[in-house]
Amino acid sequence: MTVVLASFFGQFKSAIDFILHERESVSGGVQVGGSELIGFTANHLLVSGVAVLIACALSVPVGLYLGHVGKGEFLAITASNVGRAVPTLALLAFFIAYLGVGFVNVTFVLVLLAIPPILTNVYVGVRQVDPETVDAARGMGLTEAQIIRRVELPLALPIIFGGIRTSSVNVVATATIAPLASVNTLGTPIINANVYGDSGRLGAAILVALLTLAVDLALTGAQRAVTPAGLKLTQGGQGRRRLPIPQLRRREQPT
Amino acid sequence: MNRSIRALLAALAALVLAVAVAACGSDDKSSGGGGGGGSSSSGGGKLIKKNSANASKSISVGSKNFTEQFILGNIYADALQAAGYKVTKQLNLGSEVVAFKSLKQGEVDAYPEYTGTALTSFYKVKVTDVPTDANQAYTEVKSKLAKDKITALPQAPFDNTYRLGMTKAGAKKIGNPKTISDLKGKSQKLVINGFPECRQRPDCLLGVEKTYGLKFKKFLANESKYEVLDKNQADVAFIFTTDANLATNKYVILDDDKKLFPPYHISFMVKDDVLKKLGPDAQKTVEQVQKPLTDKVMRELNSRVDLDKKKPAEVAQEYLRESGFIK
Repeated sequence: MTVVLASFFGQFKSAIDFILHERESVSGGVQVGGSELIGFTANHLLVSGVAVLIACALSVPVGLYLGHVGKGEFLAITASNVGRAVPTLALLAFFIAYLGVGFVNVTFVLVLLAIPPILTNVYVGVRQVDPETVDAARGMGLTEAQIIRRVELPLALPIIFGGIRTSSVNVVATATIAPLASVNTLGTPIINANVYGDSGRLGAAILVALLTLAVDLALTGAQRAVTPAGLKLTQGGQGRRRLPIPQLRRREQPT
Repeated sequence: MNRSIRALLAALAALVLAVAVAACGSDDKSSGGGGGGGSSSSGGGKLIKKNSANASKSISVGSKNFTEQFILGNIYADALQAAGYKVTKQLNLGSEVVAFKSLKQGEVDAYPEYTGTALTSFYKVKVTDVPTDANQAYTEVKSKLAKDKITALPQAPFDNTYRLGMTKAGAKKIGNPKTISDLKGKSQKLVINGFPECRQRPDCLLGVEKTYGLKFKKFLANESKYEVLDKNQADVAFIFTTDANLATNKYVILDDDKKLFPPYHISFMVKDDVLKKLGPDAQKTVEQVQKPLTDKVMRELNSRVDLDKKKPAEVAQEYLRESGFIK
């Protein structure tokens, strides 16, 4: 037992050392680790960030519209769920034929990965807005576009951010496959084990975990900041809760 | 009720769509290769004699988890069976680390391994220290394995090592280079493709840059080397000499004139005690069936599986029959 523990902590120490200092690669001939990881981390954040931004730009308007008109539940929920089941690694290989190898290919598959949680949450977020509030807005003479922008969007924002958070965490964790399409991220030491060795692999994995936590924390902060003050009061912070399986509330039928 | 049925139908439809897309994907691949078949082994091998004295002796044959290994595992297993032994197949052991562990612990009695892999992976020989002479490498493997009570039977003729490959059209554009040295003066304009690790490995890009003094325009990290070559996303690619796609004759292989890449010949590795128990027929059979396995033949056999989508077991049987080892 103690031997196992000792070897575990030895590995861990070596992994931390890999993060902090350069060393010769396992197969020899190059220096790896240390400052090299700064570039990998930057690349990792860049490709993840671009992917999440594009996914937001695509799915937020679509989700808002579908949620507002109350149609397309199939697209927003079912298609999204199927989308989650497609392995990103397979997509990466598949799209090489169409997009080539490199940044575009990686970003594209990460966008595909990022869309489902955001789209679902935007749709659900808009649908859960109290219909009476929407009616009141309509009664006050707001146009449909204004209702979406000024009533539904702000009230749905906490849930939308929940989706963006889920997406970002997925994307940051999955960007480790980028080296398979010639983009060097923190996945490079994980995938190239013969060059980086076990401690390189573990070290990079630790960094990815920390990065994921940091992104999640940052977005939680942002989520809190965008929650309308009124919502915070009435729901007592409920808006901050992440809903793993969103509950759909049907609009009540007028009697 | 109506709603839930609709949702179910929708989910089903989506599933069908996903499967269809996946099917299209694999279809695409198979149509890329096509043919490649034809006359591989020249026949003329001697029929393996069945020795009824071997019926009481059993051996389990393993292999690693990729096409060439599946074919080889089947060839050796079927040949030993033809010689009268009781053979069980334990193919698909996994990576070399798992396969070697299984062999040492006696979960399998034998499996084919590459000399270069055995030295670098099992005995931690630095790739730069692996002898580039095939016989020397084999001798080293043999003596190292002997200490682990494993016999490395004589190596097969083919060498599944690294080379640089180009499309024929691409090679023509830069004056039909024959060797890696011929790329001198041209490489700055060429994009080179390799698996991700290649960039930093002394037996891959690092070695080519150092030994040949070449600098390439860009390194593209990717596993789909032939697709990338075909689409002109890269001009040169690191290939393995027995890759199935090479059987299509669409590519040229540049010779490693400065002997950078270590040899990767197959040696059938058998546990000492098992080999002793099996008697002389076993080694004789193994050496006999691997004799026709040149680079060209191995490539062609791989292409029957990878491009023509046949089963490795079926291809192994075809090989044994076409070479005249079995009827």
